[in-house]
Amino acid sequence: MTTSLVKPGRDQRPASVPDRHHHRPIRQRLEPYLLISPTVLLILALMVVPIVIVIVYSLMDNVVTDPSPKFVGAANYLAILTKPAFWAAAGNTLIFTVGSVAAHMVIGVLFALMLNSKTMARVPRAIFRAIYILPWIFTASVVAVLWRLLLDPSGVINYLLTSVGVLHEAVPWLATEATALLAVTVINIWSGYPFFMISLLAGLQGVPSDLYEAAKMDGAGPFRRFVSVTLPGLKPILYSMALLDMLWTTQQFTLIWATTGGGPLGRTEMLSTFTYKLAFNSYEFSMASTSAVIVLAASLVVAIFYVRRQRKEAQR
Amino acid sequence: MSSFSSSAVRRRVTARIGLYIGLTLGAVFAGFPVLWMLSSSFKANSNIFAYPPKLFDSSFSLAPYMAVLSNPVEIGYFVNSYIIALSVTAVTLLVALITGYVFSRYEFPLKRIINVVIIGVQAVPPITLLIPFFGIMVGLKLYNTYQGLIITYVVFTLPYAVIMMTAYFDSLPKELDEAAKVDGASSQSILWRILVPVSVPGMVSVGLYTFMISWNEYLFALTLTQTDDRRTVPVGIQLLMGQNNYLWNEVMAMSILGSIPVLVLFLIFQRYFIGGLAAGAVKS
Repeated sequence: MTTSLVKPGRDQRPASVPDRHHHRPIRQRLEPYLLISPTVLLILALMVVPIVIVIVYSLMDNVVTDPSPKFVGAANYLAILTKPAFWAAAGNTLIFTVGSVAAHMVIGVLFALMLNSKTMARVPRAIFRAIYILPWIFTASVVAVLWRLLLDPSGVINYLLTSVGVLHEAVPWLATEATALLAVTVINIWSGYPFFMISLLAGLQGVPSDLYEAAKMDGAGPFRRFVSVTLPGLKPILYSMALLDMLWTTQQFTLIWATTGGGPLGRTEMLSTFTYKLAFNSYEFSMASTSAVIVLAASLVVAIFYVRRQRKEAQR
Repeated sequence: MSSFSSSAVRRRVTARIGLYIGLTLGAVFAGFPVLWMLSSSFKANSNIFAYPPKLFDSSFSLAPYMAVLSNPVEIGYFVNSYIIALSVTAVTLLVALITGYVFSRYEFPLKRIINVVIIGVQAVPPITLLIPFFGIMVGLKLYNTYQGLIITYVVFTLPYAVIMMTAYFDSLPKELDEAAKVDGASSQSILWRILVPVSVPGMVSVGLYTFMISWNEYLFALTLTQTDDRRTVPVGIQLLMGQNNYLWNEVMAMSILGSIPVLVLFLIFQRYFIGGLAAGAVKS
């Protein structure tokens, strides 16, 4: 590196530089636009335009199936917001999301703390770490068939629960109205916690060890040290991860579609499967678009919190 | 050492035993389902629900894998997945390199707003895009084609890839390219000859992320393809599952085979995976 050369920073440039910038040939000034045009065009054509299309669809009647749909304003929104099935799906999505995110946080923190424990040697640590990351390798389509096998009435989980006496008889977890939502939530918890754990593990290494030493000096026990040193240190990561996880979990489609398909009797219907069925099972594309726009709006609210959070972090 | 009272030692030992009990319970929760999938993929289908269940039984064989690998339709799913995921990775990487370079090294009037849009579109739920995408792909005659899925996944992976690549270039000292600029190098040669060779870690992270998303995607693969010769592995697993009386052992074998690419990439590039993904999730 040329350490002897002190380069002026961007904000303390001599006044002549912006001048020269102005006189640059047009070709050079257009260069950045030319170079980013593939990205801009792709995102415009296949992100921005589709969003506009879906919003327009939600304001019309019988789109796609009828060659000349009429503008109906907010009628679709009123119709969908008075549908009990929509609210049932929204409620299920909320339970599924809150349950998953909360459990991801608890398990993520717990596993990260255990893996970070100083009393463990390197080799067992690496082995446990590899095992704990395992669920993250598998995509939702695989996770779904795997858990259908495990949770089958004659499957291994029912065998274990009946043989230790927790259950009297096997339960078809995914096909029983009372247990289906719990079952898909557990599956999602299993498949999603490693991402939390990995980020928290990185975060734990960032908590300064002299803080622990100081707390120890003050006579704080392990639990006290966790509450007043570890947790505050992890709070920013936990908050960001929780928001991201919320965003992803509310959008989960594959896991539900490939385990219960929203059943039994709509007990695991999520906004994503509800929307999909409206479009591709009953061909009500206007209603499906309306539902899709509502999902978009909900996601944007979470995303705004997330971006704000990141800004605040960046400023610190 | 001698100052340790026996009660402190005992407490320490108890804590250690507690830790290992906790670790083992966690490992069972995390690992048992995977172990069961593996064991089921080697069983005869008639033994899948044998009572009492055994991890490995006398029917242990590679037959389920042979069945999957000798079925041309199922091999086709794998070929399709590889074609699509590798193409998406190449295209996204190329476009993200150039865009990241511009975002990192140029100042121009619309930069901020374009940046905000790129960050913002990441929050758009896939289900929201599905209905218009279906129409657009049918309209462009890209329905049930490789190109349709490739372009779809490029658009889905590009925002995060650009953000990661920009952050990577930002971490490289500006002196690197300014020296070359003084020597009269063009912006293209600065990117390809100076920045790209020192950006391999960033490119690996972006490539892994892109490959994984494309390899694993299900919803759009399901909706934008129609015939077996264009289906990908995640959809193929569900199709096999829906077929004649549940061939559990073959479904599990196919799931294992379908997870191997990600597993192998993960084992080789673990550092990049965790670094890139965690940093992106927390900082992007």
